[in-house]
Amino acid sequence: MSRPSNFPPPFSPSDYVAEPSDPADERIEVGILIVGAGPAGLACAIRLGQLLEEHPETAEALGDVPVAVLEKGKQPGSHLLSGAVVNPRALHRLFGDRFRLDELPSYGPVTGESVYVLTRRSALPIPPPPPMRNHGNWIFSLSQLGRFLAERAEESGAMILPETAAQKLLVSHGRVAGVRTGDKGRNREGGELGNFEAGSDLVAKVTVLAEGTQGHLTGVALDRFGLSGEEPQVWELAVKEVWKVAKPLDRIVHTMGWPLRGGKRYREFGGSFIYPMGDDMVTIGLVVGLDYRDASLSVHDLLQELKTHPKIRRILAGGERVEWGAKTIPSGGFHALPERLHAPGLLLCGDGVGMVNVPRLKGIHYAIESGRLAAEAAFRALQRGESPASSLASYDEAVRDSFIWSDLHEVRNMRQVFGHGFFVGGALASAMTMSKGKVEVGKLPAEPDADQPLLLTDRDRSYPAPDGKLTFDKLSSVFASGNKTRDDQPNHIRIERRVAPEVAELWAHMCPAQVYEVGAEDDDGTVIVDVAPSNCVQCGAITAKGGRLTPPEGGSGPEYTVT
Amino acid sequence: MSTLVFLEQHGSELQKGSLGVLAKAASLGDGEVAAVIAGENARSLAAEAGKFGATKVWICEDGEAAQPLPQPRVDVVAQVVADGGYDSVLFANSVLAADVAAGLAARLDAGLNWDLVDLELREDELVGTRPALQDSVQVEVGWKATPRLALFRAGSFDATPVGGGDPEIAQVSPSYAPHSTTVKLVGQDAEESSGPSIEDADVIVAGGRGLGSPDNFTLAEELAKALGGAVGATRAVVDAGWYPYSAQIGQTGKTVSPKLYVALGISGAIQHKVGMQSSGTIVAINKDANAPIFEFSDLGVVGDLHAIVPKLTELVRARKS
Amino acid sequence: MRIAVCVKHVPEGPSRIDPQTLRLDRSGEGALNHFDANAVEEALRLKGDTDTEVVVVSLGPQKALDSLRKALAMGADRAVLVSDDAAVGSDLVATSRLLAAALERQEADLVLFGQQASDADGAVLWAAVAERLGRPVVSQAMELSVDAGSVRVKRQTEFGYDTLEAPLPVVVAVSDAINEPRYPSLKGIMGAKKKPQDVLSLAEVGLDPGDAGEPGSRTTVLALGDPPVRADARKIEDDGNAAQAIVDFLAEKRLV
Repeated sequence: MSRPSNFPPPFSPSDYVAEPSDPADERIEVGILIVGAGPAGLACAIRLGQLLEEHPETAEALGDVPVAVLEKGKQPGSHLLSGAVVNPRALHRLFGDRFRLDELPSYGPVTGESVYVLTRRSALPIPPPPPMRNHGNWIFSLSQLGRFLAERAEESGAMILPETAAQKLLVSHGRVAGVRTGDKGRNREGGELGNFEAGSDLVAKVTVLAEGTQGHLTGVALDRFGLSGEEPQVWELAVKEVWKVAKPLDRIVHTMGWPLRGGKRYREFGGSFIYPMGDDMVTIGLVVGLDYRDASLSVHDLLQELKTHPKIRRILAGGERVEWGAKTIPSGGFHALPERLHAPGLLLCGDGVGMVNVPRLKGIHYAIESGRLAAEAAFRALQRGESPASSLASYDEAVRDSFIWSDLHEVRNMRQVFGHGFFVGGALASAMTMSKGKVEVGKLPAEPDADQPLLLTDRDRSYPAPDGKLTFDKLSSVFASGNKTRDDQPNHIRIERRVAPEVAELWAHMCPAQVYEVGAEDDDGTVIVDVAPSNCVQCGAITAKGGRLTPPEGGSGPEYTVT
Repeated sequence: MSTLVFLEQHGSELQKGSLGVLAKAASLGDGEVAAVIAGENARSLAAEAGKFGATKVWICEDGEAAQPLPQPRVDVVAQVVADGGYDSVLFANSVLAADVAAGLAARLDAGLNWDLVDLELREDELVGTRPALQDSVQVEVGWKATPRLALFRAGSFDATPVGGGDPEIAQVSPSYAPHSTTVKLVGQDAEESSGPSIEDADVIVAGGRGLGSPDNFTLAEELAKALGGAVGATRAVVDAGWYPYSAQIGQTGKTVSPKLYVALGISGAIQHKVGMQSSGTIVAINKDANAPIFEFSDLGVVGDLHAIVPKLTELVRARKS
Repeated sequence: MRIAVCVKHVPEGPSRIDPQTLRLDRSGEGALNHFDANAVEEALRLKGDTDTEVVVVSLGPQKALDSLRKALAMGADRAVLVSDDAAVGSDLVATSRLLAAALERQEADLVLFGQQASDADGAVLWAAVAERLGRPVVSQAMELSVDAGSVRVKRQTEFGYDTLEAPLPVVVAVSDAINEPRYPSLKGIMGAKKKPQDVLSLAEVGLDPGDAGEPGSRTTVLALGDPPVRADARKIEDDGNAAQAIVDFLAEKRLV
């Protein structure tokens, strides 16, 4: 059987690197440009605001717009999705005594925690792992937190530019000079519609890429400057829903096992999370490593199946789904981090470079801390009037000295032990004992997800038929993400369209938004893949499994509010 | 209660929608029901108003009201309300009537409830019903004072004659506000003969993937022609290049609410549903008995549209001739 | 020339009506009513490169400034927001009174509205405002031009197309067929913040609390319910007579 990597996408990172080309008077100049209004980018903007307030003379030197943040979503938060149980340490460091934790839009501290190994009908509790592992952590909607951080960033003087995609990396004389924003108003064939608006060159003294998972320009930059780490990056796909519920959930819940299969040949690693959001809402999600092999695996549909488990059904009883979303999580850990996090004029933060502690499923506090450190490095360099080309190395030093590095280093081998599981040490050991070996663990060399050989099972026969109340079909889910992407836009997805049937099946099942469908078969046994790009919620799974996602027109995609 | 109904005329006919509102007012059976007609030929149309329940018809044949423009009609209706002491004024929605009703609301500082689909008399209080939020909820609305103005969704009531006799006819000739008479109609073109646009069509026949191939859109086109309607398409077939984007109905296409929506080979995904769910009557033909569209259609037909539609088109043509 | 465009900040995403107040829940995210974007675009086209001033006017909560800024980013010159707690829950009578008061102060030659508000599905506001301003009104404009002190409008009605002329000052409501609104350029978005944005209270437009909100309104919402289930919904299987069954059904409903 083929692998997805046998059908590489028509994509070349160097196509997305360019010299500034707008005439000088049309170029837009800002001081520091941040790409991505997520926790990393906004923490960077907030910290810069704090520093510039203390040092107005540096602010002057940065011109009319000292700090600009580009966001490809409709507004900050529209493309943010996570669980999320957040370690508050980075928020404390960012805000100091300006804000107390309870002044942030959270759903309170974690008050209890349970872990279960599921089978089709039962739920085996695992004795609580190392005491209250999530004790001291707080529950947030990342989308809501993003909106809050964006308001703080604006208050501190940053200019946030939503609905703006960063399409190309501007590089001049070997130094990153900024980005070129995407065009708007093109039709499917690439022609110009009546309201066509060309993108602009946005130049800056320092560019910070905080694009999140599968960051487009982050990937381009890693290639352009040869920064990739010792091991290839790999990803997990998380699909989640937010529900209004009748009965409050009093603890956070994690599960492993069913509906994922333990057999080694399937390589299905992951689990689910169910977190309370106040008294009347709950979020439930399923995370699966994208190195799975069964082409008929659909994380979206496995989540629907998961909800039919008696224990889960009870949690959701009498409730109503209010939002849905999907996003990938970089899971390569320490060994997949780039060998350097900076280049001339450039700093790299957060999920975009894989700062995620996979066993604990935590990355938001690393994103925030890396954004904060990036701000300090950029500021120091500009304050000293040093040519940013030489001075951003202090960022790497700062990250290596921080808890980001020590935490990721500590769990660097956990991936071997847990594959893509969530839980540290004793949790998994207990799981293995209690489940009588149903949970398997093996040695997992790092290979790109798209290199995994495929197999085809009839797994999809057990996906529940959507009933519109507890279980849903993919198109209804896409609707529930708030996605209203203009249909006649150019196709932003790069894939080889003529592939082996099992690869087409893989993509069709994999994509939680039903972007890909198996089309007509050809005489040579290959099939055409039909693409509906306006369904895309930009989760990034396709990039992991053989294609390449590029940013569509700014403002497209999901409009998350409570994910 | 005494009610005045605004009857709209076009050419030498009274518009059915407004006659339906008149019939409804008469059926509430409480107090006097009168009508007002402004324009050339007003007098000759007065008798017909009687057939639908008006016991008195106010007519205005002033030159100022000759053109089908709203503002002179605000002056006319305001005068009639004052002269006749009416506590309720009812309108059937149209481009003209909406502007008259709203202008009158401002003139008289009178409450206007619009997009109503029903009206009830409850213990001497008038209660209107209207859909809201793309027809996903129903709201009951009322008025805090008189006169009460009500604008009904087009086609809310059937124009069934109630067999009334000849109405009393009264002439009205108000003084016109300076701003009422400055708009001039300088040209008119009839509807293009290529059929109604999707937005205005009373009937839409829409095709989805179940049509099977782009050529089969002729099935939809023929049926639409026979029914006097427009052709629509789902996002899936537009994406596949079977039909132009201008015909796309749905969340990212057009939102329509025709009197009749015929869905051929359309599954009824929510993205499509939100673009047509407030259609008056929905008929769906699909060979998949579990297609979601059957959950919100008035008549669902499980069968092969390739066999059914040509026959249906023939039968419709036969009926019309 | 000065053109005033009336715009509304409407809730985005799935709307709901608050069961307590029976009013639309406006607490979530909002955006510029997309029909009003057509009106803003038309004003900008008429402005072109001249020194015509385009002012956007709105009535709403403080966060309506976001929508006003979007219009400024598209190219409007100035924004005026009437924002007052006393105005919450205003119906057509009250809203038209407030808007007219705000517009009077602008002394615009041309006042533009969009086709309807996506939240109230109402297509009536402009006629009420025009009446209060004592101006002629033309609605459903699909083509608009200004020449020598008057406007020329082509509009679509149920019967065909009318061409109308009216002298300035005038109120025109444009349909969504009139144009395709432009995307704000990056420069436009960045420059929007610096353009003048006035927030006025009721008193500042010469009105009292009694003129607005509930006291200023003449209609009420009484109750909220579920929509009527499609009564008599039927599902049949084709046994060879489906076509006839459909025709009979349509005839019954007088649709054919």
